[in-house]
Amino acid sequence: MEIYFDNAATTKPFPEVAKEVFEVSLSDYGNPSSKHMKGVDAEKHIKNTKEILLRILKCKENEIIFTSGATESNNMAIKGAVKARERYGKHIITTSVEHASVREPFLELEKQGYDVTFLPTDSFGKVDLESLKESLREDTVFVSVMYVNNETGIIQPVSEIGEILKTYNSDIIFHVDAVQAFGKMRVIPKNIKADLLSVSAHKFHGPKGVGFLYVRDGVRVLPMIEGGGQQKGMRSGTENVPGIAGLGKAVDIIYSGDLDLRISHLKDLREWFLTGISGLEGITVNGGDGDDQAPHIVSVTVSGIRSEVLLHAMEDKGIYISSGSACSSNKPGLSFALTAMGLSKEETESTVRFSFSYESTKDEIDMSIKALKELVPVLRQFVRK
Amino acid sequence: MYKAFLIKYGEIGLKGNNRHLFEDALVSEIARVLKKTDGDFLVTKENGRIYATARSEFDYDEVVEILGKVFGIVWICPVVQIEDNGVEDLGENLIRYIDSAYKDKNFTFKVEARRARKNFPLNSMEINQEMGHILLEKFPEMKVDVHDPDVLISIEVRKQINIYSKEIPGQGGMPAGISGSAMLLLSGGIDSPVAGYMIAKRGVKVFATYFHAPPYTSERAKQKVVDLAKIVSEYAGPITLNIIDFTAIQLEIYKSCPHDELTIIMRRIMMRIAQDLAEKNNCMGLVTGESIGQVASQTMHGLYCTNEVCTMPVYRPLIAFDKQDIIDVAKRIGTYETSIQPFEDCCTIFVAKHPVTKPKLDIIKRDETKLPENIEDMIKTAEETAEIIICEK
Repeated sequence: MEIYFDNAATTKPFPEVAKEVFEVSLSDYGNPSSKHMKGVDAEKHIKNTKEILLRILKCKENEIIFTSGATESNNMAIKGAVKARERYGKHIITTSVEHASVREPFLELEKQGYDVTFLPTDSFGKVDLESLKESLREDTVFVSVMYVNNETGIIQPVSEIGEILKTYNSDIIFHVDAVQAFGKMRVIPKNIKADLLSVSAHKFHGPKGVGFLYVRDGVRVLPMIEGGGQQKGMRSGTENVPGIAGLGKAVDIIYSGDLDLRISHLKDLREWFLTGISGLEGITVNGGDGDDQAPHIVSVTVSGIRSEVLLHAMEDKGIYISSGSACSSNKPGLSFALTAMGLSKEETESTVRFSFSYESTKDEIDMSIKALKELVPVLRQFVRK
Repeated sequence: MYKAFLIKYGEIGLKGNNRHLFEDALVSEIARVLKKTDGDFLVTKENGRIYATARSEFDYDEVVEILGKVFGIVWICPVVQIEDNGVEDLGENLIRYIDSAYKDKNFTFKVEARRARKNFPLNSMEINQEMGHILLEKFPEMKVDVHDPDVLISIEVRKQINIYSKEIPGQGGMPAGISGSAMLLLSGGIDSPVAGYMIAKRGVKVFATYFHAPPYTSERAKQKVVDLAKIVSEYAGPITLNIIDFTAIQLEIYKSCPHDELTIIMRRIMMRIAQDLAEKNNCMGLVTGESIGQVASQTMHGLYCTNEVCTMPVYRPLIAFDKQDIIDVAKRIGTYETSIQPFEDCCTIFVAKHPVTKPKLDIIKRDETKLPENIEDMIKTAEETAEIIICEK
């Protein structure tokens, strides 16, 4: 038995996606920059994926740059856009709960002399809008906020933030890390007033090693990778054609089907799970409610049990989950969201994350709950004294 | 440029009648490790020295690195081999060699020739003089110093002519496995791999035992131990690693014994298991990474209590090392970066917040009797179900 509930880490590719990657690799292996037919055939796949994305994102063709995934997209968005605005100001803003691929570029810019504001969150992990308003300044040039938090699944008020920013100063560039949102909800950059938006394919049943950055027409971003000038010089390097084709396939499957049905399936699963664990003692669910909460992530603090121990005990039963924070003492504070929400060290170390996919079932949830009910009392007997 | 390596060994040359055993072991170990390289080498023993002669192209850095890990080698000398085309040709080759081997010619030197093949027109003394002369003429910065030269240039006239002057330090120690076998208690930490390396350096063949406690220690923690054993095996030769599933025993200790004595009692059982496996593998001792006072269980009192269950000698190469000294060795031999990977701390529930630092043997023995009777069966089962992995790079 294998129950994979770590879909926020990565997802299993749709079989159609794997097939697409396989077939494109073998048949249309040409370099999309080549002038001959093999090049044209390869380029068609890039165009095809772009067409799918334009339809979903309601954007223009020149607004998509394919990358190797979220980390590259986030780095490019942050460093590329901030550097392009060097002479307009050096104040940049993000939140204290971002993914490392956002936080680290900000810290790097801070070292280079930029003034960085890390916005606090409330006890649900939601960014505090008042703090945002207060922190805005004349020299603020860039703001980055994640759409959905990867640890708790809370949805950040990105459209309110977009509104606040553009009202204050329409020149401020707004970047949204939509890695955990895209594929789980409708994501339309212009509706949330995002100038830049990062997406990674493997989070929604696409292939690994491919993603894209949406760059609103007219927003200047300096390229991070120089070379042969592919993708209009924004991202040199031969395009990952099979990966891009696979990404398109995954997007097509999710958004062309009945998206609402998919979303409500995830919501049902989450509800089912929450009802299931409600009988267990010493359990707290972290995150938001209703419209504030992404349907595929449940963050649970199981008091008295170290997350890694529970994780491995569940693994023994074929159930794969994730620790809500890092167990290691060498990398303290990997759980920024939980810490920012005010959880104690013991609580963050006892937090696990279940994350579902469209293919998850209530049966799988029932089996996981059963496993939890067996394991939790046993594991609680053995705590450090 | 280099076509062969002259391998010098120290200590093993002193071993009287056993000398050939040591030499043969070193020759076969060198032959074994060189098979891992791109090159094809012939390894031979001649007059108290070992030559590894290349019969194909090879990567110089790779070969030096691999020979640099062989216990028993004191010096590695890269050798230029030329055909005998007369004195003049030798001079030209020597100049070419010195020119490419030493950018800065500001050093003192001495030529030391050995004429093993007597039909060469010059005798050893004459070769020394002639070649010294040629070098001085060509490179005026070089100076002769026959008593304490910076560079000793050796020329050996054999079937071919060997020229060498560089000595790369080797590991020293004794060839792998010639002393006998021992069982290492290997954890994922910094110390035990170093202890394994050090005991192997004295010619001891290393077996290892690792205690795995799922779900409290993860699959990655186990993989880390395998990785560490592989790194040590680059020096020590293949290591047979026994992986003991220790969870049930650990939980039993947790339930039955005072918490502050948990580590000592656990270590006593680990020693017993390691000793049983050692006997099974014809080992003549146990090896641990213990160092006096490093942690609560490694005080002299703690060691006294754990040692009491052992009937075979327990070797503790690090016993008087400071932590930093151990770390220095770990960095040098390449285990440190793997050791500090943070996969271990999930089993901290088995470590008391305030463990006893001065355990008393009689009290420990008394509290051990609180363990259920079937603990002996559990130990037996753990030994019988050990997973065995041969770790080799």
